[in-house]
Amino acid sequence: MKQELIITMIIFILLLLKIGTNMSNAAVLNLANGLLLLNLAAGFIGNRSGVLFNEMFITKPLIILEKNILSLGTLIVSLQSSSWLKKHEHVPEFYVLLLCTLLGMFFMISAGNLLMFYIGLELSSIPLAAMANFDLGKRKSSEAAMKFIISSAFASGLLLFGISLVYGATGTLTFSEMAAHITGGSLQIFAFVLLLAGFAFKISVVPFHLWTADVYEGAPVAVTSWLSVISKGSVLFVFVSVLYTVFRPMAGTWYNMLFVLSMLTILIGNLFAIRQNNIKRFLAFSSIAQIGFILVGITGSSQVAAASVIYFVLIYVFSNLAAFGVVALVSSVTGREQVSDYKGFYKTNPVLSWVLTIALFSLAGVPPTAGFFGKFFLLMSGAGKGNYVLITVAALNMIISFYYYLRIVKAIFMDANEQPIERLAIPAYPKLAMFICVAGIIVTGLVGYIYDYIYSLSFGF
Amino acid sequence: MFLSALIILPLVTAIALLLSNGVKCIRMVALVGSVVQLLYTFNLLFAYMEQRVVDGSPMLFEEDHVWYAPLNIHYHVGIDGISVAMILLTAFVTVAGMLVSWSMEKLSKEFFFLLTLLSMGAYGFFISLDLFTLFFFLEVAVIPKFLLIGIWGSGRKEYSAMKLALMLMGGSALVFVGLVGLYFNTQTINGVHTFGMLQIAQQRIPAEVQYIFFPFAFVGFGVFTALFPFHTWVPDGHSSAPTAASMFLAGISMKLGGYGCLRVATLLMPEAAHYYSWIIILLATIAIVYGALATMMQTDLKYINAYSSISHCGFVLLGIGMMTQTAIMGAVLQMVSHGLMTALFFAAIGMLYHRTHTRQVAQLGGLLKVMPFIASAFVIAGLCSLGLPGLSGFVAEVTVFMGSWQNADDWYRLATILACASIVITAVYILRAMGKVIMGPLQVQGASVQQDLIGDAAWNEKIAAGILITGIIAIGIAPFWLTELIGQ
Repeated sequence: MKQELIITMIIFILLLLKIGTNMSNAAVLNLANGLLLLNLAAGFIGNRSGVLFNEMFITKPLIILEKNILSLGTLIVSLQSSSWLKKHEHVPEFYVLLLCTLLGMFFMISAGNLLMFYIGLELSSIPLAAMANFDLGKRKSSEAAMKFIISSAFASGLLLFGISLVYGATGTLTFSEMAAHITGGSLQIFAFVLLLAGFAFKISVVPFHLWTADVYEGAPVAVTSWLSVISKGSVLFVFVSVLYTVFRPMAGTWYNMLFVLSMLTILIGNLFAIRQNNIKRFLAFSSIAQIGFILVGITGSSQVAAASVIYFVLIYVFSNLAAFGVVALVSSVTGREQVSDYKGFYKTNPVLSWVLTIALFSLAGVPPTAGFFGKFFLLMSGAGKGNYVLITVAALNMIISFYYYLRIVKAIFMDANEQPIERLAIPAYPKLAMFICVAGIIVTGLVGYIYDYIYSLSFGF
Repeated sequence: MFLSALIILPLVTAIALLLSNGVKCIRMVALVGSVVQLLYTFNLLFAYMEQRVVDGSPMLFEEDHVWYAPLNIHYHVGIDGISVAMILLTAFVTVAGMLVSWSMEKLSKEFFFLLTLLSMGAYGFFISLDLFTLFFFLEVAVIPKFLLIGIWGSGRKEYSAMKLALMLMGGSALVFVGLVGLYFNTQTINGVHTFGMLQIAQQRIPAEVQYIFFPFAFVGFGVFTALFPFHTWVPDGHSSAPTAASMFLAGISMKLGGYGCLRVATLLMPEAAHYYSWIIILLATIAIVYGALATMMQTDLKYINAYSSISHCGFVLLGIGMMTQTAIMGAVLQMVSHGLMTALFFAAIGMLYHRTHTRQVAQLGGLLKVMPFIASAFVIAGLCSLGLPGLSGFVAEVTVFMGSWQNADDWYRLATILACASIVITAVYILRAMGKVIMGPLQVQGASVQQDLIGDAAWNEKIAAGILITGIIAIGIAPFWLTELIGQ
């Protein structure tokens, strides 16, 4: 409960600041970043495992690790968005909303009960709609918020329906008791499909991905990066643990569903990503494809699979946030977000170019970046079931994804441009964030200990 | 011997390159780094020769560290004679490549950095004994090629770079499936499978499993070494690449594929290799004959060498497909020989182009008069390519043919005869191009020019070519040291 309490305290501090004082934006940013750093550091010390409130709230080393990954991501997002927030008039509010969603995710991950899970999920998605609208003057931003709230309400509806059916079929909402009642009857399968659809909406699995690109494009870059990494990551954590514990008796059923969904997701995400010209939309579709790869890993349902998914999310935090960090900086200074704007980027901004390139290579899965290890282990855990068709399709899809990532690299290094993006100064906070990301991309892969540690905490069957 | 030094030395060089400033400093660092690698490789060669007599084990200087314990992935390196030969080749070509790019002014830091990274990938690949480590280094070597061609290349460079990167990535995707398939079909020890090549070789994967995964691994590696019909990246990639990158590509990178086909596909899955050998031989023969015929039609010197590379790498695959000891020995010899020869060829073409600004055979003539050194290097490379006795190409090709003929099967012999016949075609295109370019009246870009306008090779180019020529002649005159090295 400690991590939740710290977040709540930070929320209150920021609220009081907004009401009681008249601090400058820079001061608020310093304070907020400092508090988030403290929050991250506190996540590593003095943790206790246990069960609270009649199994509503569970915490154990794995969950603490997952929360720490999210805290780290939050800190990076906050550091990166400082150049955008400095000019904004509602800085404390942004942080309050951001931390509310984080709090919701924490509760969601710790939930031992479907109701608690649902409350956490709602707490993590409703403030997000407000965040998506945070460029108050922009029409696209409010459109994105509207789309997000409607689709997310729809997903919540599906989830709730599923939850009520699960309750009807099993007579309980507590995860630990539910597993004993899961038999794979038709009502339960129906309930599971609804639950799965709800999850699929949140992590934008094809065919539930339609909101993704528009929301990503319209929302401010900071919110987009938050949505694509932290929000999806938290849902993935829960998804894996629910599948592997509660719905374990139905493994044969959901294996087939995930098999189809993952192939579709990779393929559609890839094919759409090829044609995108807006770099945010591009990253949206590439993130859909990445989710497809994660689903391949989940189908493995072994301890290796669970560990690989968490490991990949950690890597994904670093890689995607590094990419978004550059995009955020460019967009906040020049307002340019097209892929073609990045032509000749290397001539004017070599450092930013390398950061973006390393991030893209990591997303594509090219060694020695961590993305290579992440993807390799995901596909390997998928292959553990002996389904080589899935692996072959996924491996061949890597080529398509490779093409569109290289397209950006090609624009950066090789294409000529008469009006390249001018030379940008990198402020201290984004620089720090990029440094953390790049260091993470390189270290996480090459140092085997991190994976071993995650593995020692994971579970599978 | 500390084998990991082969990875650490390029890595240190690469980091030093990042920290250094100014063209002079950068190229000095790159050169020193590659020379140190070369010296270390010689040291390794002698240590290996010495140790082998004492020690009977197949792999020497092994280092084994657990990398990812839950998946039983190791960082496991070790060498045998074949790896030593390939490492020597890599070191030679690296030094020559650095020297040839001495006058590289455009983004020189990045250029030498990527070249160093590429050689690191190659070294790592040749010393790996764990399939994961091997795959890791295989892919490390892909990205530098993309950037080298795309940034510093000429002609349709973006297209070529993308084509090469995607095809090689496709190859590695297939390799990936093959490796993972092998992994999950090894017997478990304490509940975990293994990527260790030595263990897999001992365990004998069941034949029906081999039949499934051999094509993945072989074709995957085959893409790297221009297996027909996956050779199409070769002409575009080689001709668009800057000189040093062409040398690395043809000299080292294509050998990654050949080595992988041999070490991973054939030696770990011998039953499947026998089962599919006729397909391999068919494809190799097509590559040899088709490559040679396609070369006849080329008018650009780089394209000539690129297409002839397809033909020459066909010999490597032919040797592997024939599966006799001699033939495989010939395949390895051919890899080394072709690596040196083609690197020399590309270096000479690069030097010619640097001075004449054209690579069209029709527009060049009589260059022997103005640049005797470069023209001689060019001739040596050409003669080696067509298999003149005394140069390395002859040794390698004869060994392949002898090994192939040992197969009594009529169809295999037919393939051997066809492959032999292709040498005649090789002689035609090589001699024709050479005669036009270096003999006859002096001609540059289709017009006659003053003699004193064009200079001969500079010191760096002389050393670069000299190193490669030394290698070619050393193998050609005294092949026994290399065959003995590999023979074990």
